[in-house]
Amino acid sequence: MTTLPPPSAKKLGLVIDLDTCVGCHACVVSCKGWNTENYGAPLSDQNAYSAAGQGTFLNRVHSYEVQPDQGAAQLIHFPKSCLHCEDAPCVTVCPTGASYKRQEDGIVLVNEQDCIGCGLCAWACPYGARELDAAECVMKKCTLCVDRIYNENLPEEDRQPACVRTCPAGARHFGDLGDPDSDVSQLVAERGGFDLMPEQGTKPVNKYLPPRPKDVEPEIDILAPYLEPVAQDAKGLMGWLDKALTAMPGGSK
Amino acid sequence: MSLDQPHVDTSPKVSDEVRKTTCYMCACRCGINVHMKDGKVAYIEGNKDHPVNQGVLCAKGSAGIMQHNAPSRLQAPLKRVGPRGSGKFEEISWDEALDIAVGLLKPIREKNPEKLAFFTGRDQSQSFTGLWAQSYGTPNFAAHGGFCSVNMAAAGIYTMGGAFWEFGQPDWDLTKMVMIFGVAEDHDSNPIKIGIGKAKKNGAKVVGVNPIRTGYNAVADDWVGITPGTDGLFILSMIHCLMKAGKIDLDYLARFTNASVLINEDPKSEQRGLFLRDADGQPQVIDRRTGKLAPWNGAGVEPDLAGTHRAKGVTHRSVFHSMAERYMSDEYAPENVAEKCGLTPARIRQMAAELARVAFDEAIELDREWADFRGVTHSKMVGRPVSFHAMRGISAHSNGFQTCRALHTLQIILGTVETPGGMRFKPPYPKPATAHPKPHCKVTPGEALDGPHLGYTQGPEDLCINDDGSPIRIDKAYSWENPMSAHGLMHMVISNAHAGVPYKIDTLFMYMANMSWNSSMNTSGVMNMLTDTDEDGNYVIPNIIYSDAYSSEMVAYADLVLPDTTYLERHDCISLLDRPICEADGVADAIRWPVVEPDRDVRGFQSVLCDLGGRLGMPGFVNEDGSTKYKDYADYITNHIRRPGVGPLAGFRGNGDDHGRGEVNPNQIDRYIENGGFWIEHVPDDCAYFKPFNAAYQDWAVKMGFYDVVQPYIFQLYVEPMRKFQLASEGIGTRQPPDHLRDRIKETMDPLPIWYAPFEDSHVDPDEFPIHALTQRPMAMYHSWGTQNAWLRQIHGHNPLYLPTKVWEANGFEEGDWAKVSSAHGFIVVPVAHQASLNENTVWTWNAIGKRKGAWALEEDASETTKGFLLNHLIHELLPPKGDGLRWANSDPITGQAAWFDLRVKIEKTDQANHCLPAVPAIKSPVPKGPKELKWKVGE
Repeated sequence: MTTLPPPSAKKLGLVIDLDTCVGCHACVVSCKGWNTENYGAPLSDQNAYSAAGQGTFLNRVHSYEVQPDQGAAQLIHFPKSCLHCEDAPCVTVCPTGASYKRQEDGIVLVNEQDCIGCGLCAWACPYGARELDAAECVMKKCTLCVDRIYNENLPEEDRQPACVRTCPAGARHFGDLGDPDSDVSQLVAERGGFDLMPEQGTKPVNKYLPPRPKDVEPEIDILAPYLEPVAQDAKGLMGWLDKALTAMPGGSK
Repeated sequence: MSLDQPHVDTSPKVSDEVRKTTCYMCACRCGINVHMKDGKVAYIEGNKDHPVNQGVLCAKGSAGIMQHNAPSRLQAPLKRVGPRGSGKFEEISWDEALDIAVGLLKPIREKNPEKLAFFTGRDQSQSFTGLWAQSYGTPNFAAHGGFCSVNMAAAGIYTMGGAFWEFGQPDWDLTKMVMIFGVAEDHDSNPIKIGIGKAKKNGAKVVGVNPIRTGYNAVADDWVGITPGTDGLFILSMIHCLMKAGKIDLDYLARFTNASVLINEDPKSEQRGLFLRDADGQPQVIDRRTGKLAPWNGAGVEPDLAGTHRAKGVTHRSVFHSMAERYMSDEYAPENVAEKCGLTPARIRQMAAELARVAFDEAIELDREWADFRGVTHSKMVGRPVSFHAMRGISAHSNGFQTCRALHTLQIILGTVETPGGMRFKPPYPKPATAHPKPHCKVTPGEALDGPHLGYTQGPEDLCINDDGSPIRIDKAYSWENPMSAHGLMHMVISNAHAGVPYKIDTLFMYMANMSWNSSMNTSGVMNMLTDTDEDGNYVIPNIIYSDAYSSEMVAYADLVLPDTTYLERHDCISLLDRPICEADGVADAIRWPVVEPDRDVRGFQSVLCDLGGRLGMPGFVNEDGSTKYKDYADYITNHIRRPGVGPLAGFRGNGDDHGRGEVNPNQIDRYIENGGFWIEHVPDDCAYFKPFNAAYQDWAVKMGFYDVVQPYIFQLYVEPMRKFQLASEGIGTRQPPDHLRDRIKETMDPLPIWYAPFEDSHVDPDEFPIHALTQRPMAMYHSWGTQNAWLRQIHGHNPLYLPTKVWEANGFEEGDWAKVSSAHGFIVVPVAHQASLNENTVWTWNAIGKRKGAWALEEDASETTKGFLLNHLIHELLPPKGDGLRWANSDPITGQAAWFDLRVKIEKTDQANHCLPAVPAIKSPVPKGPKELKWKVGE
């Protein structure tokens, strides 16, 4: 079993806005591209061109329908990757120490050289955020692009996870959730960001921002004045128009 | 830090080099950074400097690496050796391939150029391929707009000089309410996502009008789950409410639209319904300063919205009078339309009221002085911050043109087009219909056509018809059947050529259009037409040449296959002469260049056309001595001159410092590469809004070379050319429609927007087929644009038919069930899934996920072939007979746009099936199958 380090002051993570995520999978594929070419073994694909293709992804988007008591059903897009929990059960369950949480920034990583592919960590993760690569038989998970965010070979503006850099709708944010003054912490405070499945006691670092209320029917008397008729038919409208035109700048003929 | 934590290299080398080019994973055309390692493509990300995507990139774009390495890439030119459709080919050399092509094309050009039908599908180089076709001399050229969104494009051009996407966009920075109609999950891809994100961040309200609540409609703050084909009625009802409440922008309507223009109302006049014009032909208004007639564009004229004029016993009244009479009518009252739309009257009123509130109570004023074309100076730019975006959902119906016109009318009466917070055009648009070419079709054997094929008809005199009224074009574009078919009718080419109506052709030459699969209605029928033989055993369509980069379903039906490159191996220009990539604040164009060289015996299709043009001695493609003029497409991009100082690329002209207009710069492509693959010039601040009317913008547009003289115009709420076609149907004029079309022309070509029920509703029994069936393109897949992609197919590898709760429960469906789905034309058997967030009478599926066995280098057990399907099998290019002895086209009667979304079906639960039907037999793959497993890492 592996022990967690003392909680770090810096807690790097993602803030994902469920109000804005259009479910386009841009983050999914950008992640696949970067992490196939970079950290550790490539993310392999089985049945690449046959049957139902199945490969390793570190980030996937799920969609859920919600039926409110009143009004139309809604569809929520829900991107999911490792939440870099403070009390990460995937770390403590690891028999070899391969799964670990970084002391300096809280990122949870797998040291592939020590990973025996036993799968205990994936089993322990209540979020289903880890995938065993079928080709290499090592556990793969979100690295928060640890090889991008500090990378001095990248321009400073690009030192963020691939999924954040690519998100077209701006629904993904990256930063230090241990710093209450950081942009991401502020966003969580303003928008009522929440923990995923807090009852699991994992203390996830990543936060989700809730969707804004939808299909809110305004009170009729608020909107009614906007459609107050000025006329009932074409003739009436032309009569109204005559007066309205006269009232316009330069209107008096 | 303790030592037992492993060392991680947090600064690995990212790549050897970044090459910047333009994406081609869909039609959005974003800038991409291609990271290279050891000369190979290692990673693709968005280009932060690029105007289209500003650094972001969608799933398709990031998966480009899997497109580039796809096993389905064609390897070499192919000659058919088995029966057509079998997929049996032999590889041949380019010399042999070009000899075969010239052997077919040369005699046709010399004798009957119209016997070549050249249609280029989802081509992004139409200004080049069109020029090639024009130089060849055939009248039969178009790209794919007819089966895509010509209703949207043409309605926008005729009404206000541009539509959405490439033409214009919401003012995302300033808008406070965005309403999207029929927008599936594409077109354009990243800019809409960026825009919605921005609007939400700014607190703007997003409203989605769509029968299906996914994607953009899922994040919309308000969802209007309308019944398919009724958007026009919903819009006209909102117009009714707004006019009745006087919530319309009178000043804007009077000055900047033809609502003030006078119409002849004498029922006996041959001019009835036409504009009153002066001796110079200018439409007349009443000038409020004098109360007298004045030309619409006269200096200082203040047009009277309520103008009337009586001369020689004839009454003329302004267009606005007709609009008031039409739209104030109870016919459009919410109570009278709501049920048809699948909405409540209160919902329609709510939407109209919200538009009124935002447009007028939250108006924006920018402190920017500007002068209009009448010389009137305005101290401020006043904006009405409601904006709209719409796409195929409202366009691909038989009432699509009028629905799109209705939407533009709604935008215009609210004063939101080209004003702050509303919709903004993207240069070189706006450009009115009158500034576009008219269609040309005069054929002279051995010579070029008399002008560009595609354009905007202004009346019956511009139709492409013979003296007997028969169509000149194989697709019957610009005939009485669809007089304003601005993009042609690619979806009718094969069925017309097979029927020999209006005539037989010799050679069908196509590019990048999967006509034997997802790009055709009646897919199985089209496959039969392509393989059908006459009594002598010869193919009814004698010769087929096809170019594609991948082993698509259509490849199997070609006699000669010209293999194209992937998008990372080729030159291209995304030109202002074509479908531009500009933004509202900037004029821009871009290139592709070979960031890697092909490792196969393939050539860029446009380069092959340059070569063929030379071999055929076509004007513009040969030098004076008869030698080939352009050695390849890059040579054409650099050296072609369209008008003085204007070429395919507008940036870095002359010595490299000229933009817009300038001499040829031999180093132009290198300059684009240095600049990240694109060029942009910002629209000056005083030109940023009111562009059609803004004198400073007009001057800037001429300077940039968008057009050669200033051409201010006003929005055409009343489209006079439509009235001219109506007049012909009433018996006026020398060019007369055939009798069987008179009533339809009269009914549908109304010069003010109307709504009529989709045609299928009156050709099939709505009680027997009560369900509407639609498709959408997923954001992470783009039909058969490219290949089936190893990464993206894990997101969309099969497609269920999504059923609303009502249909789900009525049939007792359960998870894993299959259904038989029938239309008047045929049936399919497909897997089903439940979706509650759906119009209760609508089913839908993802477009073009289903693949044919043997295509795209997929194994025959691929999920796309077993649990993937096309709705196309249910849709015929002709409507069912209705007893009048005629077969009417399943198209919009104005533009000919394919009415995909008129489809009605019925649904029954079927016994446990495990394979979609129809099960089309496998074709032999012309390329080897892909690997079982991928571990794609190109670096160490």
